[in-house]
Amino acid sequence: MIRPSRGWSSINLKEIWDYRELLYFLVWREIKVRYKQTLLGAAWAIIQPLSMMIVFTLFFGKFVKVPHSNVPYPLFSYSALLPWMLFSEGLGRSAQSVIVDGRIINKVYFPRLILPVSGVITPLVDFVFAFAVFLGIMFYYGVVPDARIIFLPLFVGLALITSMAAGFWLSAINVQYRDVRYTIPFLTQLWFFASPVVYSSASMPKSWQFFYSLNPMVGVIEGFRWVLLGTEPPGHMIVASTAITLIVLILGAFYYRKTEKTFADVV
Amino acid sequence: MSENKVITVHDLSKIYRIDERSGYKTLCDSINRFCSRCLEKLKNGGRSGPQTANYVWALKGISFDVKKGQKVGIIGRNGSGKTTLLKVLSRITYPTEGYAQVTGKVATLLEVGTGFHPELTGRDNVYLSGAILGMKKAEIMRKFDEIITFAELEKFVDTPVKHYSSGMFVRLAFSVAAHLDSDIVFVDETLAVGDLAFQKKCLGKIDDIAKSGRTVLFVTHQMNQVRRICDCCIWLDSGSIRYFGPTPETVSAYEAMMGSLVRTDERADSGGYYRARFLKWEITQPLGPKPNAIDTTGAVEVDFSLKINTPVRHGRHGIALFNSEGQLVWGAAAESLKLDAGLHTLKYKLSSLPLKPGYYYWLVTIYEENTLLDSWYCFPELLISTLPLASRWDNSAGFLNLPYQFHIASDK
Repeated sequence: MIRPSRGWSSINLKEIWDYRELLYFLVWREIKVRYKQTLLGAAWAIIQPLSMMIVFTLFFGKFVKVPHSNVPYPLFSYSALLPWMLFSEGLGRSAQSVIVDGRIINKVYFPRLILPVSGVITPLVDFVFAFAVFLGIMFYYGVVPDARIIFLPLFVGLALITSMAAGFWLSAINVQYRDVRYTIPFLTQLWFFASPVVYSSASMPKSWQFFYSLNPMVGVIEGFRWVLLGTEPPGHMIVASTAITLIVLILGAFYYRKTEKTFADVV
Repeated sequence: MSENKVITVHDLSKIYRIDERSGYKTLCDSINRFCSRCLEKLKNGGRSGPQTANYVWALKGISFDVKKGQKVGIIGRNGSGKTTLLKVLSRITYPTEGYAQVTGKVATLLEVGTGFHPELTGRDNVYLSGAILGMKKAEIMRKFDEIITFAELEKFVDTPVKHYSSGMFVRLAFSVAAHLDSDIVFVDETLAVGDLAFQKKCLGKIDDIAKSGRTVLFVTHQMNQVRRICDCCIWLDSGSIRYFGPTPETVSAYEAMMGSLVRTDERADSGGYYRARFLKWEITQPLGPKPNAIDTTGAVEVDFSLKINTPVRHGRHGIALFNSEGQLVWGAAAESLKLDAGLHTLKYKLSSLPLKPGYYYWLVTIYEENTLLDSWYCFPELLISTLPLASRWDNSAGFLNLPYQFHIASDK
């Protein structure tokens, strides 16, 4: 039934499930195209976090001497870069997804939510490569992860959900207001410094801890370090920030569903 | 609802805000607009100002039903809402009023090559485009060889599409689209693409799809195709249904209207400066009731008026005649023209113009050396209304309507 609709619509998860093969092909396209267009292909998934790790180790580990809870600084920063890059790459891709595929939106029907979702999932492939390198670095430093590693998927999931929550909102707003495109690098950078990638969250003053840990990426990064390196577990605030993220995600999905009706007219 | 109705459309309307279609909003604009609206409200003592946005009804009060297996042609001039109708029915965009119900799996083919990525190989693109158009992976795998064979691209399956010629590209794209399985097909125009041989193949495939019992909604400007494929036609005129009936009636009514449109014979003067501009064209010999119609295979004289504002020293002029399907029928060129400022008439004398009846378009151009000064797709169209000389059952044999004789000489 095709009716005029301006209000809120349900998310229709079943339909998205029916189109899971399209989701797969969109992710597959992104990866394949990148490997075709770049000389180094898969190597980029490794070069980026590695080079950042080196720079951070030099500046924050050696020169500035940021406190980093008894873990070698390269491990300390790389373990945070893993979820951070998964998150920020997914955020950027999903925020741009509707614009990038505007042409298809205009020519054929499919559940539109698939676009930002595919943007969030694509960086998972890079994550796998980067993670393999991380295991190598751990081996080099003689650090062996223990049974806690079974919790890792939980934190990966939280990183994905966080970037999806932001991605739904940003991609829908991006269609209406192209300003978003210029806001994303800036927003990601602010978020980066509000997350404990180069420093430890323990260095935050007590009075700030409450607001600070509302940032779900704080919990994700602390979780990664806890699982992989055996540092302090993430505080109980992770429950609150996860709950908030889920609410933002669901509201974002509804907002996206509401605005997607005009995508074909505007893109 | 009756069992065999697969598409029901009731009082469907779609409005576009013109400024919404063109140009993007920025946050800054919106804030500005919001502020100025607030100011206006203050000035008008709380009442909001007049609506300034421009609205266009792309569709207005459309109602019709399509039964299972029916082939429906949608015809009408550019901008009459044909594509918008297909977009609403395929859920790409939403209607403003009314409703529509479509029962069954839908394939929408609005363009050739939806979802193709130039960096990927032919093989990859078959999968990608197939998935975007709504095929399942298993289905694509099953049909893959058939798709490639139909496109005649067996040797280039693993070449990136960016290295394809445009002909190869459209062949592959059409082939993917043609192998979609669905109960209902929405097709928009020019799906018959590529070189002549492949066009024939495409038309054949479209005929196959039409005959396979699927329901087809077919938007096109090519009346021959409509006549061959469609049982009935919807004629859209500025967003409303002007006529809905059996194909022969609707198409004839439409063609009659196209021929009798009252037109300004002179090309609108755009104002401002121009160096050279074609103003009008007319048939001067034979003189008929309409200055754009011919009903003879004999000699024809055609005049084109050209206004020159700044003298042209090394002028070049070209003329071309296209048929209604955009194929070049005839062309000629002249070089080293010296034209002073003023009004000139370019006179063409053709000893005969034996074309099949239908609409044709002149394209005239004027250059100074390699700089284009003006080119004009002449308006109104050239209407050729001679009686078909060939067998009236033959609607595919070429461009020409040649006077011919035929007899059989047999030795006893």
